[in-house]
Amino acid sequence: MGLTSIPHSASPENASSGPEIISIEPKGGDGWVTTRLDFLVNWGRSNSLWPMPFGTACCAIEFMATAASKFDLARFGMERMSFSPRQADVLICAGRVPFKLAPIIRRIWQQMPQPKWAISMGACASTGGMFDNYAVVQGIDTIIPVDVYVPGCPPRPEGLIYGIMMLQKKIMTERMSNKSIRDEMEPDPSSKLYIPASRIDEISEPFGNSVHQTRSAP
Amino acid sequence: MATKRTIEVELSTSGLTRDGKPQRVPLVTGGDTGVALAEPPSLELDGEHMLINIGPQHPATHGVLRLVLELDGETVVRCIPHVGYLHCGFEKIGEYRQYNQIIPWTDREDYLNSIGNNVAFALGAERLFGIEITERCKVLRVIAMELSRIASHLVWLGTTCIDIGAFTPFLWSFQERENIYNLLEGWVGARLTTSATRVGGMAADIPDKWLEGLRGFVSTFPKTIYEVDRMLTKNAIWVGRTIGLGVMSPDEALNYGLSGPMLRASGVAYDVRKDFPYLDYETYDFDVPVGTNGDVYDRFLVRVEELRQSVRILEQCIKRLPDGPVNVDDPRVILPPKHKATSEMESMIHHFKNVMEGPRPPVGECYVAVESPKGEKGYYFVSDGTSKPARWRIRPPSFVNLSAIPKMVEGHLLSDVIAINASIDIVMGEIDR
Repeated sequence: MGLTSIPHSASPENASSGPEIISIEPKGGDGWVTTRLDFLVNWGRSNSLWPMPFGTACCAIEFMATAASKFDLARFGMERMSFSPRQADVLICAGRVPFKLAPIIRRIWQQMPQPKWAISMGACASTGGMFDNYAVVQGIDTIIPVDVYVPGCPPRPEGLIYGIMMLQKKIMTERMSNKSIRDEMEPDPSSKLYIPASRIDEISEPFGNSVHQTRSAP
Repeated sequence: MATKRTIEVELSTSGLTRDGKPQRVPLVTGGDTGVALAEPPSLELDGEHMLINIGPQHPATHGVLRLVLELDGETVVRCIPHVGYLHCGFEKIGEYRQYNQIIPWTDREDYLNSIGNNVAFALGAERLFGIEITERCKVLRVIAMELSRIASHLVWLGTTCIDIGAFTPFLWSFQERENIYNLLEGWVGARLTTSATRVGGMAADIPDKWLEGLRGFVSTFPKTIYEVDRMLTKNAIWVGRTIGLGVMSPDEALNYGLSGPMLRASGVAYDVRKDFPYLDYETYDFDVPVGTNGDVYDRFLVRVEELRQSVRILEQCIKRLPDGPVNVDDPRVILPPKHKATSEMESMIHHFKNVMEGPRPPVGECYVAVESPKGEKGYYFVSDGTSKPARWRIRPPSFVNLSAIPKMVEGHLLSDVIAINASIDIVMGEIDR
C-alpha cells in the first residue's frame, strides 16, 4: 500500500470542480479508498473503450494500421474490436458513407447500448470530403451524434490516436448527475441534409433496395 | 471434394503424446485415407431453407458487401451478393474534372493499390494525349506498381488470415506495410492516398538516398514472405480451411471473366504484364505463377509467389533506374519550372493555360488495362476535345471476380463462405465506385 494518491489525467479546465484523487490510506491490515464516483466510473470507461469499427473505405485501412503492431491501439485499452454493435462503446466511422449506407450506420448506432460515443474518422465521414455529389452523405453528424471529428484524408494513425485521447478526456468530464448528457442528440432539423429518424427506419426495412434509398437524398 | 492431393503437414497437432508433447501426424487431404474436408452433408434432412444476411457491416466482407445466403442446414443453396453500398459517383465526378484533377479520385477507388491506380490512369491519359514518357519515369512507375502490388497483397494476406482464424500474419504484414508507407511518404508525401502521377510524368522525382531505403526493403522483405510461407503453407488448420473450396475450372474462370490471381489460380496463365505489356514489362525477368486446382489454397499460393516475383522486379528496377528527366518536355501537359514561368513570356502562357484550362487531348477514345493486384484494371476514356473527359469508365477487376461468388460458394458450408469471399480479394471502393 505504498500508493497514497494518484493524480488523475482529466483536462486541466476541469480542475475547478474539486480535487479529484484517489486516496488510499492503510489502517491496520485494511486499506480503504475514497474517490468521487464520477471519477472512478469515467476512469474505468475511458480506459476500456471497445471500438465498433464501421470501416467502409480508405480510412478503414488506416484504422487497421492503427490497430496493428506499430501503433497498437491496445495501449489505450482498445484492442478488443467489437464487430457486433451490442457489445461496443465507441462507433468509429472510418470512410465515406453514401446514402445507401445511411440507414445501416443509423441502425448500428441505435443497437449500441448506452453509454456510447462516436468518432468520425476522416474528411468523408465528417463532411462528405471530396465527394460533394448526389451519392454521399455530407457528414455523418446528419445521421448520428458525433463526439470527435478526426480530420485527414485519410488521417494518419497518430491523428486517430489523438482523436481517441480527446474522446477519453471528454469522457473524464462527464457527470452522472447530468441526465441530458446521454440524451440522443437529434441532428439539427433545420439542416438541408436532415433526415427524420422515421424516414431512416422506413428505408432500412427489412431489405431496402436502392430505389427506395435514393429518396432519402435531399 | 474432388481434389486429391497429399500435403505434408508440419503443424498438425491432433493430440498430446504421453510426454505431453504435441503429436505430429501427417494429414492427407481429400483422399480416402485422409480427413474428409468440407463434405456437404447429405440432404436427407429436408427442412425449410433459411435466409441469412451477412453484411454490409461485417468484418469478413472486407468492406460493405452484403451477401444474402439461402441455407439448407449449414449448406449454402443460393448466394445473392448485393453491391452498391459504397457508390460514390467516381465516374460522374470525373466528367467534371480535368485529367490531372481526376488522379486524387483514383487513389480512393481501389484504396489498397492507390499508387498503382495513379499509374494506370496516367498511362491511359497519356495514350489519349499521344505522349511518350521518359525512361526514368517508366522505371519509377514500375517501382510504384510493384510496391503497391506488395502492399495490396499484404492487406489481403492479413485480413484473410484474420477471417480464417490466424492473427499473427496480420501483424507481420502490417509491419511490412509500414515500411512501404514510409517509402511512399518519403517519395510523394502521403502514406495511403498518394496522387503520385501526373499526365506526362510524376508529381515528384524520388528524393536522394530513397533507393537505399528501397534496397533495404527489398533485402528484408523476403524474410517476411518466408515466415508467412512457413507459418501457413503447411499448416494443418490453414490447409484444412482452404483446400478444395470455391473451385473454379479454367473454362469457368474464363467464362466468368475472372482475371488476376483468381484466374491464374485456375490454371490460366493470363497476366496483362506479359500478354499486353506496358511500361516495358516485357524487358523484366519475372515469372507468372499459375495454380492447378483453382481453389482458395491455390489462390493463396499464387499471391505469395507474386510477392516474391514483385521483389524480383523491384531488384531489377533498382539496377536499371536511369538518370535523366522524369517529366516529358512537353509544355502542353507539364507545368514549366517556376523560374521560367516568372521570367519568360512563353512559359507564363503555358503555365496559365495549363492551370486555368488544363491540358486538352485530341478527340477520341482509348482503353488502357494494367495488371492490378486484383486483376485486369482498365480505364476507358472518351474525349470530345475539351480538357475534361466526356466519359471516364473504370473496369474494376474485383467487381467481375465477385460475380463468381454465387458459383463458388454453392454447396459449401456457411463457414467456408467467409474463406471463399476472402480469397477473391475484393475492394468495395472499386466495385461500387
